[in-house]
Amino acid sequence: MHEDQVNELMRTLAPQVLGVLVRRGADFATAEDAVQEALIEAAHHWPDSPPDEPKAWLLKVAGRKLIDAQRAEAARRRREERVHDEPPPGPTEQSDDTLLLLSRCCHPSLSPASAIALTLRAVGGLTTAQIARAFLVPEATMAQRISRAKRTITGERFDTPGDVRAVLHVLYLIFNEGFTGEISLADEAIRLTRQLTAASATDPEIAGLLALMLLHHARREARYTASNELVPLDQQDRSLWDTSMIGEGVAVLQGALGRDLLGQYQAQAAIAALHDDAPSAEETDWPQILEWYDELVRLTDSPVVALNRAVAVGQVDGPRAGLAVLAGIDPGLARWDAVAAHLYERAGDVALAIEHYRTAADRATSLPERTHLIKQVARLVVEARSRGR
Amino acid sequence: MAKYLLLKHYRHNGPKPVPGTEAMMDQWTPEEITAHIDYMGRFAEKLAERGEFVSEGALSPEGTFVRYDGEGRPPVTDGPFAETKDLIAGFMIIDVESQERAYEAAAELSAAPGQGGRPIYEWLEVRPFFAELQGTTE
Repeated sequence: MHEDQVNELMRTLAPQVLGVLVRRGADFATAEDAVQEALIEAAHHWPDSPPDEPKAWLLKVAGRKLIDAQRAEAARRRREERVHDEPPPGPTEQSDDTLLLLSRCCHPSLSPASAIALTLRAVGGLTTAQIARAFLVPEATMAQRISRAKRTITGERFDTPGDVRAVLHVLYLIFNEGFTGEISLADEAIRLTRQLTAASATDPEIAGLLALMLLHHARREARYTASNELVPLDQQDRSLWDTSMIGEGVAVLQGALGRDLLGQYQAQAAIAALHDDAPSAEETDWPQILEWYDELVRLTDSPVVALNRAVAVGQVDGPRAGLAVLAGIDPGLARWDAVAAHLYERAGDVALAIEHYRTAADRATSLPERTHLIKQVARLVVEARSRGR
Repeated sequence: MAKYLLLKHYRHNGPKPVPGTEAMMDQWTPEEITAHIDYMGRFAEKLAERGEFVSEGALSPEGTFVRYDGEGRPPVTDGPFAETKDLIAGFMIIDVESQERAYEAAAELSAAPGQGGRPIYEWLEVRPFFAELQGTTE
């Protein structure tokens, strides 16, 4: 078996095997260690002698490792017998395990960073080294973060499936990490959310989140230039948008909205769908977008939503109306000055626009964003100069 | 091999800028900014290809001084000092054969294009890392 095949297979199977062990009652942290040890053996043996049934092989080895670990603790002997005695799983159980594992990895007692790392490893099947590279931290740091997370949830009870909303929040955060490197975290988040959609249809917000991710990810090729500069939505080359992904996102969203149980992810996805639907920036249906923002403001008290709503008001009722709404929002928000600058520019107040773009650049939270805002200053200064001549 | 830190400053208390290069980036044209960014990206790639690149980072101009204020008390903060203090904009760590090579790399970074496509002649601070204590030192 080729090394790449082995890696791919291990990646797919590891979370499944972990799910089986956990469902049979094994302690999450101990089971995760057992699966990691089994993977090390698989990486050693499979290239030369591939097993006929890789999943059964992994399950057997991981089960043995688990028992080894549990023997060391007499108190766990009861559970050991239970794990040992149960018959092998049928194929239908696998999907239930996804929600089971995710609810453990996204337990509310974990910090977001810990939940993200644990989810990517235990459910996403990524190696610690891959996760470390994706977040630009040393591997030892990431290994420590993961083992601390496992220790944190060891004492927690998991009698009922965890809060689906907590899981969705972690998946949303993974999607928004957006580093591009060897591992695309956006793709990982979509993959995991897809799995969750297949596993559980209890909450239409699951499909809402998947739709939101697809409808945003469809624009990825247009969002940055070759030199990694930010391209705002109204200037993107819409021919680069992934129309089949948009189609899928819209279909998923419609299915969710049909359940008539609105939530913030569905509302955000609806806004993204309206943007994706416009053949050009000028043809954007801003009145309908504003209606969705009004809905969103009712669903969440997020100040970022309020800030984006001010932009929509500016598009529908004019920049002065947008500025009036902005005046009621906390100017301490990172993107407040960028929105103010945009609205002042549209209102024809170049001097104030320049001032706010400058402040916004100094307050930017990423380098592409900072460069983009500095360029807005540069553009307005050049325009003002040529008009002055 | 030896590691060096190349420091870029937003503003600094070091040598005077070369005449004609005082304009801040927001006084350039958008095209000049793009050309500059492209050059910086290629510079990092070239160092990586030579096996000399270690890491890099860019820092926001908004920073604050923080210190301990005694048991059970919240930390004391001072600042931000964006307007007056020596302000680091970014860093690159390189691992090179010699000090000469470190200076050569810094000079190449300093030649990044700015206004009118002319080199910005930016002063970069080059700081050697202390070396690891060698096993053969005794």
